[in-house]
This record gives sequence, structure tokens and C-alpha cells, in this order.
Amino acid sequence: MKPLIHINHLTYAYTSEPVLEEVDLKIFDGDFIGVIGPNGGGKTTLLKAILGLIQPQKGKIYFREDLPRHKRPIGYLPQVKHLDRKFPITVLDVVRSGSLMRPFPFRNSAAEKKAALDLLEEMGVLNLQKNAIGELSGGQMQRVFLCRALISDPKVLILDEPDTFVDNRFEGELYEKLRILNERMAIVLVSHDVGTISAYIKTIACVNRFLHYHPSNRISAEDLAVYNCPLQIVTHGEVPHTILKTHGQHE
Amino acid sequence: MNDFLELLSFAFFRKALLASLFASISCGIIGTYIVSRRIVFISGGITHASFGGIGLAFLLGFNPLLGAAIFSVFSAVGIQFFAEKGGVREDSSIAIWWSLGMALGVIFVFLTPGYTPNLMSYLFGSILTVSNGEILAMFLLNVLLALVFGYWFRNILYIAFDEEFARASGLPVKSFNYLVAILIALTVVLNIRVVGIILILSLLTIPQATANLFTKDFRTMMFLSSMFALLGTLSGLVISYFLNIPSGATIIFVLVIVFGLIRVYKSLK
Repeated sequence: MKPLIHINHLTYAYTSEPVLEEVDLKIFDGDFIGVIGPNGGGKTTLLKAILGLIQPQKGKIYFREDLPRHKRPIGYLPQVKHLDRKFPITVLDVVRSGSLMRPFPFRNSAAEKKAALDLLEEMGVLNLQKNAIGELSGGQMQRVFLCRALISDPKVLILDEPDTFVDNRFEGELYEKLRILNERMAIVLVSHDVGTISAYIKTIACVNRFLHYHPSNRISAEDLAVYNCPLQIVTHGEVPHTILKTHGQHE
Repeated sequence: MNDFLELLSFAFFRKALLASLFASISCGIIGTYIVSRRIVFISGGITHASFGGIGLAFLLGFNPLLGAAIFSVFSAVGIQFFAEKGGVREDSSIAIWWSLGMALGVIFVFLTPGYTPNLMSYLFGSILTVSNGEILAMFLLNVLLALVFGYWFRNILYIAFDEEFARASGLPVKSFNYLVAILIALTVVLNIRVVGIILILSLLTIPQATANLFTKDFRTMMFLSSMFALLGTLSGLVISYFLNIPSGATIIFVLVIVFGLIRVYKSLK
């Protein structure tokens, strides 16, 4: 099977010290990769490289032929904290902004609008379509941005810390939604909360300048030490999975 | 009333009405973009930098608005270029172009032999003396804005809202940013005659603030701010004529009063 996205020996540096060095990662259909690592370890930089927002100094990212670069069907849910909440834009327009944009648009406006409304309904926020984006709560906003990421019907969905500013109830709903979406698209999920996501993800990528791929959703403190990936592991009292469990052996 | 009808019979006043209309539409559209994107300060820089061009035109004896256009387009591109490539912080880059333009303007005007009678009309506006050529230029600007914002409305809106997402979607964000920067520069320059360099920021921000009290939708805001701008320019124009006070300043005073009244009314409701 050919990977959807193949990151090959990627090195990126903002200054002389590389943030990412010799990073290799293959993303296949059906993957659900949890990307973890300390702040400043290069998680977001890795996403930006995949999205083509930055050009790596070394290495290359290959996309499978059905993912042509000029209209790459990657759904992207960025960290929302950078966005201007007072910007005068409606929820419906935010969702529609996720349809593939072209420099010279020739669009099927009615179909695009219907797709956006269907998604809003699916996420249970159809009643908010005419609201300004700034009038929404954190959870509602995440739903809208998820709609925006999904409207292009992507093959890969990339989420950058979707659990910030979100209440616990929506967090659970979000991960359930992702589990269903994973049946038709690969998912790359960046999170600072390994504890919560480990029940949903299939594999783990530890990013701290280097990338260590861990082909299981369970990771032990020892593994993290071996990977040189210092993390504050959040333990949740009643969550049934054990993330700190030591494996007998490495796969 | 008779006074007003008599006023309408004057060609200069009819021209001023047309200028008000075109200024309101262009400032309504561009101002909404500027306010939404929080680039009011950049626009201030571009506006003031154009004074250098006006000074140069006085010195060399060509059309001041042409000089202003060259300087403002140059500074619009220059601000972006400095910030992107030169590693200069954006607000510092703005201040550099802002003050450089003003400084050059002062030097050029000083070097110009004799008295420069029209200088004040560029600084503070003089809507009652706009020429036919200037009206035509303003009309063409409105057509250009309608075409660009009509065809690329969604692209411009999406880039303004979330530039990074737009880039990840493969949109040529940089080209669009330069295109809009040039439109901002042209809007500023062609509206200088209405309220002047010092005061033009008001037409780009106050009607938008008023419109923002009613809507949080970009498209509606463009429309409403054009309406509020028109209300302010027309009534300011008439008031200034009958009270015999400067038109540019009166227009702005009216715009602020309208904003204040509506804001207070809204908070009482």
C-alpha cells in the first residue's frame, strides 16, 4: 500500500538550530496518528510543513498521486486561539471558506452552500448558521471549524490541539466523531493530552526535534524517556485506559 | 428650502454631491476590509506617505494626485515588503514609511518657489473644488472596486479572516494581499480631495464602526458603512455650506455624532 503522505528526511530550522531534524513519517489510509511532544518540540512546525505553509530546508514530502499538490485535499483544523473573534463573518461563510479555493473561482454556489448546511446540521449547530463567529462558545466554534475542515471531503484530516478551550462534554463528542470520520479518512491529531486521546488513536508519533513513531496507542513513561520526549502526562481518575502501563516488549 | 434648491443649481455643488457618493461607496468597501483586518494603522501610513508625492508634484509641477498615487502605492507595497523580507516589525515599518512620506512632502513644498495655495486643500480636503477629471477617476475606482470585490469577494473575505488556512488551501494569498493593498492606496488617494490626508482615516473607520453596531456580516457591513458614509458626507456638506465652515472637518464631525447617537441609543434600548 502506498502512503497518502510520505515525509522523508525532513529538516526545518527557523534559526540555525533545527526544530525538526531528519523526520520520517508515512501516513496511510485509515491511520489515526496522535502527535505528542513538549511545547516547542516541533509539532506545529511538522503540520505546517505537511500543509505546505513552510518549505523544509532538507528532505521532501511526497503526496500520493490522488492528492495533487495544487488542490491538496487535506482538511485542517488549526489552533483557534490565533483567530480574531471580532471579525465580521458568519458561521455559514466560515464553513464555506473550507471549499477548495481557486485564484479564479468558478463555483457551484448552491451545491457548496448545501454541503455547508448539511455539515452544520450533522454537527448539531445548524441553528447558528447566521451568527457571527465571535458569538459562539469554544465548543461550538470547534464544531464550526471542523465543518470547515470537512467540507472539501478530505482524505486526510489534520487537527492541531482541538481540545483547547473546549468543555469536557464536547471533547468526548469530538473524539467520537473523529472515530467515525476515521472510517473514511486518515487522521493526524496533535494533542498535549495523551491521556484522553489514547483511547481513540491507533498509533503515536513523538515529536521533539526528532520523530519517533510508536506503532501502538499505548505508551509508557519509559518509552517516552527513550524517545527523549518529556511530557506531562495527564492522568484522568476514571478514564479506563492506562497510558502509563509498561509494555513487556516493544513492537 | 429655496436656499437648498438654489444650491443644487450650482455645478460645483452637484459635483460635490457626486464626489460624496463615490467617496462613500469606495470608503465603505475598503474601510470594511481595513477595519475587519485591523490594518487601520497601515492605512494611516499609506495616507500620510502620499503627502510626499503631493510635495514632489508641487515642486516639479505635475498633478498632485498622481504624485500621491505613486507614493501611496509605493509605500503600501513597501510596508509589506519591509515586514516580510526586511525583518522589520510591521508597526515600525509603517511608522518609517508614514514619517518618511511626510518629511519628503515638507522638504519638497519648502523647495517649491513661491506660495503653494492648494496645499491646505490636500491636507484637509476641499470637496467643493473637485474637478471633472477627479470625479471621473473616482467613478472608475468605484467600478474597479465593484469588479474586484464582486468577483473575488469570497477569496478576499477568507484570506482576511484566516490567512494561514487560505494558504493551506492553495490560494495565492500574497498576490491577493498586494492587490488589495494597491486598491487601498488608490482609494485613499482619490478620496483625499473629499476630506484630506489628515482626515481620510475617518471615512474608512467611523461609518464602519457605526455599521458594526447593526451587523457582524462582512457584506452587510460594506453596504451599511457606505450608507452611513453617504449620510455623513451629504449632511456635512450641506451644514458646512450654510454655516460657512470647512467641509472636510464638518463631515467628520457629523460622522462621529451619528455614531455616538446610535451607540448611546443602542445601549439604552
